[in-house]
Amino acid sequence: MQFGGKLDLTRGVANVEGAGGGGLSTWALITGNETRDGVGGQVYGTYVGLSDYSLNEFGGGVGLFDRGEISLSRQTFDTGATGAKLGLGKNFAFDQTVVGAKLRLFGDAVYAQDSWMPQVAAGLQYKMNDRTAIIHAVGGKDDTGVDYYVAATKILLDQSLVLNGTLRETRANQFGFLGFGGDRNSGYSTQFEGSAGYLVSRRLLVGAEYRTKPDNLGFAHENSAYDLLAAFAITHSLSATAAYVNLGDIATFRNQRGFYISLQAGF
Amino acid sequence: MMMRTALLAAAALLIAAPAFAEEQPVKPYVQSDANAGTKPIAGDAVFKALHGQEGIGRIVDDLIASLRTDPVTADIFKASDFERLRRTLIEDFCYVSGGPCHYTGMDMKTAHQHMGLQDIHFNALVQHLEDAMNKEGVPFRDQARLLAKFAPMRTPVVDASQN
Repeated sequence: MQFGGKLDLTRGVANVEGAGGGGLSTWALITGNETRDGVGGQVYGTYVGLSDYSLNEFGGGVGLFDRGEISLSRQTFDTGATGAKLGLGKNFAFDQTVVGAKLRLFGDAVYAQDSWMPQVAAGLQYKMNDRTAIIHAVGGKDDTGVDYYVAATKILLDQSLVLNGTLRETRANQFGFLGFGGDRNSGYSTQFEGSAGYLVSRRLLVGAEYRTKPDNLGFAHENSAYDLLAAFAITHSLSATAAYVNLGDIATFRNQRGFYISLQAGF
Repeated sequence: MMMRTALLAAAALLIAAPAFAEEQPVKPYVQSDANAGTKPIAGDAVFKALHGQEGIGRIVDDLIASLRTDPVTADIFKASDFERLRRTLIEDFCYVSGGPCHYTGMDMKTAHQHMGLQDIHFNALVQHLEDAMNKEGVPFRDQARLLAKFAPMRTPVVDASQN
């Protein structure tokens, strides 16, 4: 079995759900350093420090023949001192496990520079949250949910640009940390993720992302999220993402913004 | 004894030297710029960013040296005609980057036939080329414009090399 061989940064980095992508959004790129002739993978750890909360997560993914991707992520949304103000208790944390699968359907983001056709992939993310009682108390319907998405990614090398657009069918409240479906809207809604990046070098991408989210819960409004990010390939195997992120209001606490730091090791 | 060895070595060098300077014969083919497999970049900005013919010469020398030592690619180039490879690569980079050259090499499919190449080899060449252009001080934006022209050749180079 062959390992390695992928061009720097073309596996993407690990996004907030543990899938190959940017920071906030899931892309059509397949994780791991493998080419279509081999297998690869990536492990990662991410920390997000927000105004009133923090999020840490770790996980990994396997890339198969640059065609399919399976990922697993364990995430902890820590309310810290804010937990006491919410009546949950100090350092109350929501834990979530995300299992993801992605299949590349058609198109090529990297090599097909003579065509506008993006690389298109479809996938799902199965999310399991362990705080059933709290989720029901705030108006959430379920503690598990599945997101379905279609992502299109294109690198425009002659412009040094990387573009991505993703459509997501989801019931998730705050990425799933507050459960799935709610008292205001219990069903699926279509959400959008957009990313635009500029390749400063073959190892450094700077860009911005925007991600809309459902607004299912009556007790607190949910807003769109955005980030300004830099992804850097330290070596061919090791990459880092640093971002300024704004997730909007979370559980009545306004304007949650802060820093997103992620390290990924790929093979 | 020392003297004799030295003389023999000098003689061997004299005999060997022309073999390196001359290209080996190839099967006849129709020469055409179309064999480059892509239209040149409009304008000469990228050619100038590569520092013209001399810069391209240094980039190609560095690229070939890297390909010969990289364990991923070394075996592929073991039996190569480096004089011809150097000349046609220089022509190719000069022509595609918008320089005043013609490409006289074979088309991509024919040139890579039966080589059994995979993406890992194609990508190794891309990264060595990027390293060589970095050494030459070529701005990334110009590198990316040139690579955008070569990226689609993965199909004629890698896929056709299986036949």
